[in-house]
Amino acid sequence: MSEHPAHRLPERDRPWMMRTYAGHSTAEKSNELYRNNLAKGQTGLSVAFDLPTQTGYDSDHELARGEVGKVGVPIAHRGDMRALMDGIPLDTMNTSMTINATAAWLFALYIVAAEEQGHDSKLLQGTTQNDIIKEFLARGTYAFPPGPSMRLIADMVAYAVTAVPKWNPINICSYHLQEAGATPVQEIAYALSNAIAVLDAVRARVDEEIMGKVFSRISFFVNAGVRFIEEHAKMRAMSALWEEIGRDRYGVQDPKHLRFRYGVQVNSLGLTESQPENNVQRIVLEALGVTLGRDARARAIQLPAWNEALGLPRPWDQQWSLRIQQILAYETDLLEYPDIFEGSKVMEGLVAELVEGARAEMAVVEEHGGGVEAVGYMKAALVDSHRERIGRIESGDLVVVGQNSYESTEPSPLATGEDGGILTVDPGVEAQQIEALQAWREQRDAGAVEAALEELRRVALASDENIMVATIAAARAGATTGEWAQALRDAFGEYRAPTGVGEASAGPVAVGSELEELRDEVARVGDALGRRIKILVGKPGLDGHSNGAEQIAVRARDVGMEVVYEGIRLTPSQIVTSALQEGVHVIGLSILSGSHRELIPTIIEGLDEAGVDAPIVVGGIIPDADVGPLKNAGVAAVYTPKDFDLTRIMRDIVALVAERNGVAAASA
Amino acid sequence: MPATGEDLGQRLRERDLAAAPAVLNLVESRAPGHKDEIAALLAAVSPAALGGEAPAHVVGVTGPPGAGKSSLLSELVKAWRAQQRTVAVLAVDPSSKRSGGALLGDRARITVDPRDRGVFIRSMAAGGRLGGLAPATRAAAHALAAAFDVVVIETVGVGQSETEVAEVADTVAVVVQPAGGDILQFLKSGITEIPDVLVVTKSDLGQVALRSRRDLNAALRSLGARDTRVVAVSSLAPATGFDDLLVALDEHRERLDVPARRLAARRASALADFMAEHGERGLRALGGRRAAGKLLADEDASLDVPALTRALEQAAAA
Repeated sequence: MSEHPAHRLPERDRPWMMRTYAGHSTAEKSNELYRNNLAKGQTGLSVAFDLPTQTGYDSDHELARGEVGKVGVPIAHRGDMRALMDGIPLDTMNTSMTINATAAWLFALYIVAAEEQGHDSKLLQGTTQNDIIKEFLARGTYAFPPGPSMRLIADMVAYAVTAVPKWNPINICSYHLQEAGATPVQEIAYALSNAIAVLDAVRARVDEEIMGKVFSRISFFVNAGVRFIEEHAKMRAMSALWEEIGRDRYGVQDPKHLRFRYGVQVNSLGLTESQPENNVQRIVLEALGVTLGRDARARAIQLPAWNEALGLPRPWDQQWSLRIQQILAYETDLLEYPDIFEGSKVMEGLVAELVEGARAEMAVVEEHGGGVEAVGYMKAALVDSHRERIGRIESGDLVVVGQNSYESTEPSPLATGEDGGILTVDPGVEAQQIEALQAWREQRDAGAVEAALEELRRVALASDENIMVATIAAARAGATTGEWAQALRDAFGEYRAPTGVGEASAGPVAVGSELEELRDEVARVGDALGRRIKILVGKPGLDGHSNGAEQIAVRARDVGMEVVYEGIRLTPSQIVTSALQEGVHVIGLSILSGSHRELIPTIIEGLDEAGVDAPIVVGGIIPDADVGPLKNAGVAAVYTPKDFDLTRIMRDIVALVAERNGVAAASA
Repeated sequence: MPATGEDLGQRLRERDLAAAPAVLNLVESRAPGHKDEIAALLAAVSPAALGGEAPAHVVGVTGPPGAGKSSLLSELVKAWRAQQRTVAVLAVDPSSKRSGGALLGDRARITVDPRDRGVFIRSMAAGGRLGGLAPATRAAAHALAAAFDVVVIETVGVGQSETEVAEVADTVAVVVQPAGGDILQFLKSGITEIPDVLVVTKSDLGQVALRSRRDLNAALRSLGARDTRVVAVSSLAPATGFDDLLVALDEHRERLDVPARRLAARRASALADFMAEHGERGLRALGGRRAAGKLLADEDASLDVPALTRALEQAAAA
């Protein structure tokens, strides 16, 4: 009886790779965390770097202030990477690194760390995210202009395919597109257009005969929202389109090369700050969406923690999310069957719809000149979709349990501990890290570093040479992240991505009487002031999560204000100068990286010195414990993810401007 | 107590650049009491008060969306600062009207050291139509010209915008990208006035940019415009062509009869301000555009714009 029935697998499938996106404070602290996680049954690593490392600044750079060790680990040189991977055998570990603009550099440090452990780079397995287009669109940790950025990616892919053949040199991300408001069709279309842009760039730099291999090394990093049936269909649709692109556009024949391989981090956008325990149910369903059907099952999964909208998760919070994966994989019967959607009319219909929609949208991107040239178009489309989504939450059309429906709640015992239910990074970390960095710079062979950086600059300007060899040499010589990136900034120049808000369509999604009243009030206060109300919306620090700031900017315009919005990554002095020169009546600042405690007081000090007396409101992921100190420092109001009603926030802001300028309240 | 127009004018005369934000707040104000303050400000920086024309080089930078104006300005400001010249930029946002909300994002694309007190950037709402200048922008340019070495008015559009900017600026630079064929058509058909300097951006594109430059030169020659310089620049690192552009702008200014151009600018501004307030009806009361022009020509050449506007208003009421 060797025959097995068609509805069962002959043997249980191997589970996907289980990871947790982790890292903070220092390399040593993060190493300890990784070893703990592995001991708990995690099967791969997912490294979170801090924002200075992601954007190519050393810890002692002006822009790094308040950001060191916050949302990830600072890695400045091969010594830091050695400490991060200490005691973890890199020949067998599978490591995913969320790193983009500086991916080539961190990849080089990883290769050198493996070398120091005595391992050939041919054995290394893992992923560098390395997807710059989505950084321009949604995540904001870019460093160089589009042209040179694409060249860095192409060089890495070309290098890895032969020298580090088991490595995924790029993970095309649809994840952040959904976080930025993408519909499933947009998510598929923009991610695949992005992949095409990368493949076209690589094709120009490698021999045609290895394109099959190149194609097979492109993997994806997708999102999964709570509409988990449709989300599963999305994976199947992407898989079908990917195969089609491989065959038709790149002439790939080998079925193994054509396989759509993806990892997942499930949705954070839908996680709520109110009744945060409900996020666990959401995470479970989202994980199910990407594992249910065998034909489109994720290769690797990392789950967010229930308390992400409150602040940084603690080890226990992350453990809870790992246990979700383990229960799905080891307790349920999920892995015992062939594809359970084979022959499903519903699934086939959904997939066909998505494929058709995505094809049409990809054609539009193509008309705009392809993934790189169409960044402005795609960004504006995302801002619009997100705006529509928020409009539906405000109106109640989109139910979010605990946020806009079923709001009454018992106090949650989870978030009431001494730590407020989140992890706080020791503020002393930044000073320690800077000291260690300076010590590193002093003990190394300065001449060798300078020579390596000189060579790097030369190769950067000689566009036909692969950047990886010089990058690895600089890593060996002991150069730092900031030095590597500065050498390339010198050669390539810097860049600011389009904000998308200027192009976002005018007029609110849902024109209600509330909004009309607010417009009248904005006009009334403006008349009394003599000028239209002018607001500066600013994103200080290195945090690139600009969705909130963009939505505030667009809504402020829609209610009739003049809005100065300059995009991400502003220094306190830039914000002060803009506020002064633009003559704004109010300032809105958005920070999600946790650097508000350092940056906001610095900005307030600067404004005082410049004689700007406009009130300041702050939005972002601000733990309860920080609200008091911010208000004491002079902040007029603080908004967090639970304040989803943008019209209400606008009403507050108008009232604040009126009050500060002695404009009498409207007669009832 | 906000500064008075006269105080602010005094500070500008003393070349106190820190007065700029308050000057802009005032000229943008429509509060009833501020009209007289604005008039006092402009009277305090009029040629009569200054004993001559304001020292700044007023430069209009205009061109279609996506031509690369902001990156160009970024490099231009850097180049002017390297020559120790102070710069004010009035970035006019095309999407906004005074009647509604607006997103002003341009200043982000002009990269400057925020601590440099020699640079001032202000985003402003546009007038009623594409490329139109609001009265506040004209007033701001007139006022800041007393204190800064360079005042830039950046506007978007091709066609109408050059005409309006030319009424205020000493030198108008039109920015186009290579293969932006529209400008050729506009030049030939006369929709566009002939600019003082034509800038072709993205010269890193090589042949395309070279060919564009040749085509534009040919078009200008065929129109008999021998004085218009065509300059090719690239704002991509390493930026190129900006030395030539500075020379072209400066040379135009040197050739220019500044008092005559400024006088024409003030008269045009006064008429525009009068029209904004009183419309076609007001113009009819003056006996039409020609009669208005004649009226203005009879006024003292050193008068400021509000004084000229008042003269028109008195004539219309008489």
